[in-house]
Amino acid sequence: MSEDPKSGSPPPAPAPAEPAPAKRLDPRALEERRRFLRTAAVGCGLMGLSVAGALPVALRQAQRLRPPGALDERDLLAACIKCGQCVQVCPVEALKPADLSDGFGVGVPYLEPREQACDFACDVGQCILACPTGALTYHKPASLPTRPGAELVQAPVLRDKQSGSDPAMQFKERMGLAYLAAPEACLSVQGKGVQGKPRGEHRALKRYVEVDRWKPVPLAEHPYQLERCDLCVRECPVEGAISIEQKAGPDGVARATPVVHELCVGCGVCEMLCPAEPAAIRVRPRDTWEGA
Amino acid sequence: MSRNLKEDLRRLVGLESHKPEKGEYTPRARELHDTKKLKKADFDKLKADAELHRRNKRWRRRRWAVLAIVNVLFVLSYRVDVQLVEGSLSGSRFLGIHLIDLNAALQVMLAHKHIIRNLLIGTATIGLMWGLFGGRTFCSWVCPYHFLSELGEKLHLHLAAKRLVKDHPLHRGLRVVLWGVFAGLAYATGFTVYETISPTGITSRLLIYGPGLSALWLVALLAFEVLYSRRAWCRYLCPVGLTYGAVGTFSPVRVNYDLEKCFHEQDCRKVCLVPHVLDVVVKGRATDVHVDIGPDCTRCGMCVDTCPTGALTFSVKGITRH
Repeated sequence: MSEDPKSGSPPPAPAPAEPAPAKRLDPRALEERRRFLRTAAVGCGLMGLSVAGALPVALRQAQRLRPPGALDERDLLAACIKCGQCVQVCPVEALKPADLSDGFGVGVPYLEPREQACDFACDVGQCILACPTGALTYHKPASLPTRPGAELVQAPVLRDKQSGSDPAMQFKERMGLAYLAAPEACLSVQGKGVQGKPRGEHRALKRYVEVDRWKPVPLAEHPYQLERCDLCVRECPVEGAISIEQKAGPDGVARATPVVHELCVGCGVCEMLCPAEPAAIRVRPRDTWEGA
Repeated sequence: MSRNLKEDLRRLVGLESHKPEKGEYTPRARELHDTKKLKKADFDKLKADAELHRRNKRWRRRRWAVLAIVNVLFVLSYRVDVQLVEGSLSGSRFLGIHLIDLNAALQVMLAHKHIIRNLLIGTATIGLMWGLFGGRTFCSWVCPYHFLSELGEKLHLHLAAKRLVKDHPLHRGLRVVLWGVFAGLAYATGFTVYETISPTGITSRLLIYGPGLSALWLVALLAFEVLYSRRAWCRYLCPVGLTYGAVGTFSPVRVNYDLEKCFHEQDCRKVCLVPHVLDVVVKGRATDVHVDIGPDCTRCGMCVDTCPTGALTFSVKGITRH
């Protein structure tokens, strides 16, 4: 304390000459009391630490892109048992278990599409089939809510499976939605082509049916020769999700522009392949279709 | 409910056990307690014998081998694509059969409030398995954090011998409180709050999926155990341990105590992770000649390795004859 505001007041009364004898605890009771306090402190500390896991969940600005068939974010965090079986079965290793920085979301699978998108190389949604708790599911219980615009108008048809008897995947909600984030950077809009590797030496995997249906190859081993870039449309795994259309830019001049349609599931293959750096087309995780 | 079971359950939830009343002993146990006296010469002989036995780490070798094999199988299944046990300790498939950690399953069921068939199958399989082999057997024979904690304990004891650190015991009732609080939080918030700090899940995922920030939490926890409180997590805190302890209450696989062979030196209690389960070795506590050690026992076998007179042995109810 720096200064006593009542400096004029007399000093506190001196302690009585003979203080009442303090109650002596025997050492055993004293240790018992100390142990109780320690225990309470450790218990509170542990509760504090675990509840702090709410912070990353509450503060997360950019949402995580979740695997196909994932329940809505809150339900996903509740239902996911954090075992990583989905991570293990993915043929292109698109899924990662989240780290402790995700708080309550630790161990929950997510993808970073620019690094590795989900190209449905498994054909069936292996991650959905592997999930033991229904956090990723083809059969979402009716009691769980669906955000408007997250629902897919029809089951996504895989272009690689179109010749088969059952080309559709039965998941009902999109993971997110692709959008042309930087039209001016888009090679198609600029009228440019792709000669060689679209992502340089990037090791992201992609399944090419014409190469090997069961063995995805690194992008760096699959060069392109394109007069005009249309990679996002050419390689989109879902039928009717994106096309290139003549669209007027801000200057009023019509150019060949990628346009995302309602069938987009948000898998991120377009973002992974986009030769522009950073990607001109990107996926907004958990974005909904507003009826463009 | 038998007296011993009642006492076992008291210990499981962190309460102190009672001394037996006069009428609770079997006649033979009564006689043994009354007549057994130790002469100085016998005592010294026992001590020398104990020194020999102390080098016997048979059960620990077996246990560490099993623990290593299980966890390495998880890692190899993913890393080298052996696909024998896919997943991690919180949930996996062994040759296609679902296996789900009981405590993780409980958190998910309470948080999600919707239980699908595979979750039930995995939980039932694991429940049956550990119900048979002894619930907390999971702790010492499988849990990878238990192993790290054992290494930490060695360091703690080494430092404690040099008087650099001191053990600060906590109240074992805390584990029960935490179990209840985490179950309640899962139900009320809809988040699996406990999984955020679960060293079992975190260590298993770190081994399988590679390093991350969560390793810091393990380091902090181990430091706490080495510097402040011996084996604090497994002894006083882990709700997973309580879940498995309860599951193993009627397990046939037990460590069995033989009053006749015991000289009440209590060396077993010094090496035990959960010394309260060995209250029965204190002179005057055993009400029968043979007593099974209770459900909080992790069946680690340290006491079996340590006991110089062979008074503690593994037994299987219905098979082992005393």
